[in-house]
Amino acid sequence: MNNQTKEKLARNIFFAFALSSILAVVLISVFIFAGGMPALKEIGVAEFVFGTKWKPTAATPYYGVASMIVGSLLITVGAVIIGVPVGIFSAVFLSSFCPGRLHRVINPAVNLLAGIPSVIYGFFGIIIIVPFVRNVFGGNGNSILAASILLGIMILPTIVSVSQSAIRAVPAAYYEGAVALGATKEQAVFKVVLPAAKSGVLAGVILGIGRSIGETMAVQMVAGNQPRITFDMTKGIRTMTTNIVLEMAEAADLHRSALIATGALLFLFILIINSMFFVLKRRMNSER
Amino acid sequence: MNAKIKQAMATYKRSPFSFIMRLMLILSITFTVGMLAFILIYILAKGIPYLSPGLFSFNYTSENVSMMPSIITTLMMVGLSLIISLPFGIFTAVYLVEYAVKGSKVVEIIRLTTETLSGIPSIVYGLFGNIFFVTALGWKYSFLAGVMTISIMILPLIMRTTEEALIAVPDDWRQASFGLGAGNLRTVFKVVLPSAVPGILSGVILAIGRTVGETAALIYTLGTMAKIPNSLFSSGRTLALHMWVLSGEGLHINQAYATAVVLIVMVVGINALSGLVANKLQKR
Amino acid sequence: MNKFEINNLDLHYGDFHALKNINMQIKPNTVTAFIGPSGCGKSTFLRTLNRMNDLVEGCRITGEILMDGKNIYQNTDVNLLRKEVGMVFQKPNPFPMSVYNNIAYGPRTHGITKKAQLDEIVEKSLRDAAIWDEVKDRLHKSALGLSGGQQQRLCIARALAVKPQVLLMDEPTSALDPISTAKVEDLVMELKKDYTIVMVTHNMQQAMRASDETAFFLLGEMVEKASTEQLFSSPQDKRCEDYITGRFG
Repeated sequence: MNNQTKEKLARNIFFAFALSSILAVVLISVFIFAGGMPALKEIGVAEFVFGTKWKPTAATPYYGVASMIVGSLLITVGAVIIGVPVGIFSAVFLSSFCPGRLHRVINPAVNLLAGIPSVIYGFFGIIIIVPFVRNVFGGNGNSILAASILLGIMILPTIVSVSQSAIRAVPAAYYEGAVALGATKEQAVFKVVLPAAKSGVLAGVILGIGRSIGETMAVQMVAGNQPRITFDMTKGIRTMTTNIVLEMAEAADLHRSALIATGALLFLFILIINSMFFVLKRRMNSER
Repeated sequence: MNAKIKQAMATYKRSPFSFIMRLMLILSITFTVGMLAFILIYILAKGIPYLSPGLFSFNYTSENVSMMPSIITTLMMVGLSLIISLPFGIFTAVYLVEYAVKGSKVVEIIRLTTETLSGIPSIVYGLFGNIFFVTALGWKYSFLAGVMTISIMILPLIMRTTEEALIAVPDDWRQASFGLGAGNLRTVFKVVLPSAVPGILSGVILAIGRTVGETAALIYTLGTMAKIPNSLFSSGRTLALHMWVLSGEGLHINQAYATAVVLIVMVVGINALSGLVANKLQKR
Repeated sequence: MNKFEINNLDLHYGDFHALKNINMQIKPNTVTAFIGPSGCGKSTFLRTLNRMNDLVEGCRITGEILMDGKNIYQNTDVNLLRKEVGMVFQKPNPFPMSVYNNIAYGPRTHGITKKAQLDEIVEKSLRDAAIWDEVKDRLHKSALGLSGGQQQRLCIARALAVKPQVLLMDEPTSALDPISTAKVEDLVMELKKDYTIVMVTHNMQQAMRASDETAFFLLGEMVEKASTEQLFSSPQDKRCEDYITGRFG
């Protein structure tokens, strides 16, 4: 085989491998959406999405996931309320206020926080957060609040690292300009630097939201998992992700298809959130 | 020192906003780092006393709830999924950086799908693995189904880090290689890839961390059988899965703590390793 | 017979007409220097001689370049061409490997694998590039640890190791200090016994010191080519005269 054919062959092989990610996305989309189709057809899209009752094993089964959509959203909102301010303040501290030597300790610690597995967080939730919620706020502890607190902690590293790099990308001249006008360090950072980094910070928040909607195991371990609509933060609720994990083992036929349809719905949510993230990331890059 | 404090006090009197912000900063970072410290210390303190030899017995029984089989399964899982995923991830990155016309349609689409893949939650991977590998291909709950699911999941990680590592290789070296009459293939394998190894390694470490901690993608693909899989087609459980089962049962809470200790040690070790590699990278 | 004969060469980058109707002969065993202001096309032209421009997207070439009477843009294996026409770059660019492996890379590329033979090539190339004494004790240490001047002579040795007939040098001393520059210039004069050397330079003194023939480029055209002595003492073209007397550029 001469050199030119060898080069051509190699190029084609690399190209074939490069198609793998496309193939993976296509396969995942096709199988998940096709798998959910029968359920959507039989139950009806509106009934599935807006139905408030989930009773797959009853004599007359109901397959409505509205309560889980509400559950995912409520827990995520709670996580955002807890995680976002702490995350952004931490990022500001690390990027603008932290002495170099301390940074070398804290930054790896934040990365480690990202590396801790969901099950460990879940376990921590069971032994610390659930009893805490039970003792302080009442109820049995397995609740929206417990899941929100846990997810609030879990999304911290995402928000911190993305915001931190966004803040670091702001030209030093902005800060110097503000300080030269007599602003305190805090004023300069919060009124000039942070606003200049807002697309990036927002991108971090959105990434955190995506993680929190997609998180399964930790939520399943502390959220109580009752498929009902409630706005009482001390009560349990079920999310789209946990619905799949809880029932997939025994599900068959229509029930199974309805669970896959739940996955498809979740997938859709994630796609929307991700495209928001990409738009923001692009905007952040063009601002530079 | 005293003068410094006095001056700071004066500043904060002039601008209470600054004082409040400074307070929030310190509280927030304390919370973030404190949480990590609390989780680690609490679990280590509770778990280390229960690290008994029985937990590391090669045979799992419902008495000893040994984690040894799941540790071994985890290692096998990490190894095999890397073997599958690495060529795909690396070759894709090679195609994107070394061969493809920059900004072409194909490149755009591959980037988009890679980014999509990296945003898909574990449970969706698990669901797909269950539908496709377990059911459609008829592999049942098996090691292979788990490995394939994980391989797809870590693919974007490896691809992205490799791509970044390849982009960071100076063009001068490629030119020098071409100038000596080497073809694209030789240039890629003898010059570009070797100098990108540390970058690729950091991606591999990230992928290992992700695999070790994964549960949602494995419950309905690998299953949760508490023994070492003796073939590609038998079920097993990784350490993280084992941890999940134990803490869900509520029967072996002390052993669950001990298992958590081992899992944490693994993850911290992997993290430290990636820190080392990153440091090495920066020094170059 | 001429080593290179270039006839009616035009080169476009997309819409940009980078080289305009170049005609030139390059004699064997001489040093030919290309001078001219930045962006005049001298480097681009140099790179057509071993087809390095093939790597640039949107680059089109018309006309012919004959090397030893054979058109290098027709039925030529680019990799073999580059073996015959070696290149040294502006910035020293040793591979991140040992000194030995840097030199052996080229020969290995072209199928030489025997250790003894490689050892011999490595030593000869390093001696020819006048750097053997400086690196013989650290052949197996990274080449990146050498000084800039040593790195550049290493790169010359690396180019020599594939036994080329022609050596293209693209501003080989622009990143070096005066002492290293002088060493490289001495080396160039030494090497022309065995090789045809074509060198792009920014530095007119260098062209005067080290070359036999000089060509002046401006805005993609080859304005004038003559023996170095003649070109600098009595340039024929007004633009060339303005340039070498320092009125622009």
